[in-house]
Amino acid sequence: MDTDHTPDSILVKATGVGKRVNGPGGSLTILDDVSLQLASGEVTAILGASGSGKSTLLGLLAGLDEASSGQIELFGTPLNALDEDQRAALRAGKVGFVFQSFQLLPGMTALENVMLPLELAGVARPAQGAGEALRQVGLADRLHHYPAQLSGGEQQRVAIARAFASGPKVLFADEPTGSLDQATGSRIIDLLFRMREQTGAALLLVTHDERLAARCDHRLQIENGRLEQDTW
Amino acid sequence: MNTLLLALRFLRHDWRSGELRLLVLALIIAVSAVTAVGFFTNRVEQAMVLQANQVMAADLVLFSHRPIAESFEQRATELGLRTAHTLSFPSVILHRDETQLVEVKAVSRDYPLRGELRVRPQAAAEEQRVTRPPAAGNLWGEARLMAALELQPGDRVSLGELNLNLEQILSRDSALGNNFFRLGPEVLIALEDIPKTGLVTPASRVHYRLLVAGERNPVESYQRWARTRLPRGVRLEHLSSARPELRNTLDRGSRFLSLAALVAVLVAGATVALSTRRFVERQSDTSAIMRCLGASQSLILWVLLLRLLLLGLLASLLGIAVGWLAQYLLAGLLSDWFGGTLPSPTPWPILVGLGTGLITLVGFTLPPALRLGAVPPLRVLRRDLGAPPVSTWLLAVCAIGAMALLMRWQAGDATLAGWVLLGTLGTVSLLLLAGWLLIRLLRPLRHRGGTRWRQGLAGLLRDPAMTTLQLTGFGLGILAMLLLGIIRTDLLDAWHRTIPEQAPNHFLINIQPENVAGMQEFFRREQIQPAGIYPMLRARLTRINDKPVAPEQYQDDRAQRLVEREFNLSWAVEPQTGSRIVSGRWWGDENREAPLFSVETGIAETLGIKLGDRLGFDLAGVPIEARVANLRQVRWDSFQPNFFVIGTPALLRDHPTNYITSFYLPPGREALLAQLVRQYPSVTIIDVSAIMRQIREIMQRGSLAVEYVFLFTLAAGLLMLYAGIQASREHRRQESVVLRTLGMQRRGLIEAAGIEFVTLGLLAGTLASLCATATGWFIATEVFGFNFQPSLWTAIVGILGSGSAIGIAGVLATWPLTVRPPLRMLQDG
Ligand SMILES: Nc1ncnc2c1ncn2[C@@H]1O[C@H](COP(=O)(O)OP(=O)(O)O)[C@@H](O)[C@H]1O
Ligand SMILES: [Mg+2]
Repeated sequence: MDTDHTPDSILVKATGVGKRVNGPGGSLTILDDVSLQLASGEVTAILGASGSGKSTLLGLLAGLDEASSGQIELFGTPLNALDEDQRAALRAGKVGFVFQSFQLLPGMTALENVMLPLELAGVARPAQGAGEALRQVGLADRLHHYPAQLSGGEQQRVAIARAFASGPKVLFADEPTGSLDQATGSRIIDLLFRMREQTGAALLLVTHDERLAARCDHRLQIENGRLEQDTW
Repeated sequence: MNTLLLALRFLRHDWRSGELRLLVLALIIAVSAVTAVGFFTNRVEQAMVLQANQVMAADLVLFSHRPIAESFEQRATELGLRTAHTLSFPSVILHRDETQLVEVKAVSRDYPLRGELRVRPQAAAEEQRVTRPPAAGNLWGEARLMAALELQPGDRVSLGELNLNLEQILSRDSALGNNFFRLGPEVLIALEDIPKTGLVTPASRVHYRLLVAGERNPVESYQRWARTRLPRGVRLEHLSSARPELRNTLDRGSRFLSLAALVAVLVAGATVALSTRRFVERQSDTSAIMRCLGASQSLILWVLLLRLLLLGLLASLLGIAVGWLAQYLLAGLLSDWFGGTLPSPTPWPILVGLGTGLITLVGFTLPPALRLGAVPPLRVLRRDLGAPPVSTWLLAVCAIGAMALLMRWQAGDATLAGWVLLGTLGTVSLLLLAGWLLIRLLRPLRHRGGTRWRQGLAGLLRDPAMTTLQLTGFGLGILAMLLLGIIRTDLLDAWHRTIPEQAPNHFLINIQPENVAGMQEFFRREQIQPAGIYPMLRARLTRINDKPVAPEQYQDDRAQRLVEREFNLSWAVEPQTGSRIVSGRWWGDENREAPLFSVETGIAETLGIKLGDRLGFDLAGVPIEARVANLRQVRWDSFQPNFFVIGTPALLRDHPTNYITSFYLPPGREALLAQLVRQYPSVTIIDVSAIMRQIREIMQRGSLAVEYVFLFTLAAGLLMLYAGIQASREHRRQESVVLRTLGMQRRGLIEAAGIEFVTLGLLAGTLASLCATATGWFIATEVFGFNFQPSLWTAIVGILGSGSAIGIAGVLATWPLTVRPPLRMLQDG
């Protein structure tokens, strides 16, 4: 299937990525020899038990951290050649995030939270774009509410609006339903998939929910830091 | 993107959410304390100057031996200033063939412009304040005059060709103090009576004074105007040309106040330091998310700095408003003690408040804030990742740098600021060291003892950096409080003791050598202890090294006057008690026979005399010359006979000499003076009780002001306590939820908190009392020149007070955490 894609359409590419940290008991390998690709418009699920290294991998792929070995390319740019600020600039406007714990800025209203990535990407009239995104997630009437005034599901919807507002090419989602009840969780997932379809962004979804993984194009199983290819 | 806009957006939230509430509150209190002190000090200083101006009965005095040109009064009136005239000269009062030498002071209707007059209608009557001097035809005389001539109010006395009604006993004329060398008792008459006395002719030696008083600005412009137009022989007197005793007291008074303000800054700094950390911790999340979304480090930093700046500005302005209000209310309450309303403050304290707010904020928040840009974006996935820790030393250096800046600014006195800063530095290093040791010593102990002990100790160990910060913050705050306590009690006492109850209030000059023995006998009989009888010679300074000395060489008018006049010289074998050799050495047996001088430091500075210079004097036509062997600091407010220049016995012994002494005359024994004069007609009596009273009053006002400042610092200290305890609140909250869920009882939690905070308090208190005592000692001896007896009370109050206050506050802060059900607290997050 890889061959279907032109090199240009590969958004994320990891080759032999490893992550080791120095813990109290000596060197600890969290990730070992992980290789994967994410092409534009694709939806890939990363599955694995708690502590298997999913979040670590996601962080590395998004350029939030540096790999100990191997190579990661984001939008064709090798990350190890960039410093923190350059990686941040690479992300601005082109990468969206959805986290288990929402990670909204408590001091900003829903609208302001969604405006933030637009402003950071230098988009003109950020309020308009942000308002539109919030309307799409069904929160048109909650623009000026603060996160603390919203329920968990609503907060995650704001986070989704924020993730999609700048029209990113790729979205990283780390257990987006982990903090929500079943019913709310599936509504959030529906929303996430619907928005993704509308924008055509690629999605890398970390989850341990098999049913959710089944809705994805690809599934990668991670175990003890090693990738076990599932349905490829 | 618009950084400022983003900063404002955050700021709006900061305001709403309470995240920065403690920091802002600390800043507001800090600024309001400093501003209130600033405003108040400013007003009190002005009041003290006014008080001191009473000695001149005016703000400015033009003094001359000839009538003062009309234009000088005209100009003063144009500027809206009040004026009065006085004319004084020595003369004699005649009553039934008996005469008494007096200082006649004839005054115009508005005398005095500053200060007050008090009189007694009868010897036994109560003193009363009067607003007008005597009317024409009347004379007021001091008790000494009454005693000398056995007069009663209502008697008629003659002054020159004029017959006057002795109307009142003059018990107080504030301006008496400035006339240090008063030969006789003062009598006050109306200016319009002067022609009728026939005593004042163009040839007679009369002192004319034009008194000027009013608002500060016009007085200053008048001073500038007059200075350039003074004819020969007319002198402009203002406070800084006042008597050294008085200037000395004023200087000390304002130094006390600035010291108190300085201490307020210290407490404020400690408070801000304690509340900063929580804020920075909270900011880490925001930074991480922003980094995730693609913000650069510098953007994050700028947004943060702008926020802090805006916040500091806002808090400072609020603090200034609160400070102004506070001083306004208190000045109203205290105005009685200051004899009428205080002058309104100058805007300077506003600037000081603003500066204090910003410098404090920046000094304490900058190092952690700078790290916030470096929060790894991975924090969004891994909570345990935070900003790279700030080096404690960097923090200390920044904070102390800010404090140093503020102190230097507040104190206006480098030595004073230096000692306080050194004390602070010492305390901080000791506290940091103690924090480090505490953590290391407690580690092995945490597995011993009962649960509560373990829990309490674990509280100290759970975040060593926090514990060290709390210890340092508490310690600094307590240092400040104790220091102020020492100032309030020991230093102010020492100040008051510089003029003891029975300090000499009369000087005797012109004692002939052959009368010295008889005089000593006289004092013994009357059971009066004179301060020692010293030789006194009058001489004019003629040369310094090989340069002839002339008044024109000096810019300073004090220097000019010193050179014009004759100096009082003395010779001595031993240095006087109370004086201190600052450089060089006093002569011993080996060089007593050498020609040497000892010069007072103040005059040496004014005239530019240095150690080793050769001074030439003209001693009644005889030139003498000698080298300056030492510079000597003199306690002018000791009211002992003091001399600018003292020579070796060999140098001066053989020149014609008079003697001088001073002694304390208890009230009611004025008759003794008449007796003394009868027995030794050549002796001149100088009454300095008036200036002493002035000085005592200035001291009292100064002390009151310090007390007031103390109250303010106390309030700042309470907030500091709160901030210190709140600093670890988040940790304790989580901990108490877990512990209670696991079944620990409320009592246990509270006891553990008690143990944790009492330990912190005792340690902070011990170190702070140690450092406060040391700093107090240095300030007392080095800055004020007092003897300082360290008191055990400082230590007792410091250690027990801090242990219990911090312990109680800690328990009180833990209480609410133990009252709410743990589940609710878990849900609230
Ligand atoms: N910087 C680090 N230092 C030490 N241990 C780490 C670090 N990063 C991750 N780990 C450990 O690596 C393992 C994988 O973590 P994570 O990627 O968060 O797992 P998952 O998201 O699959 O639950 C965990 O055991 C975690 O504790
Ligand atoms: Mg995870």
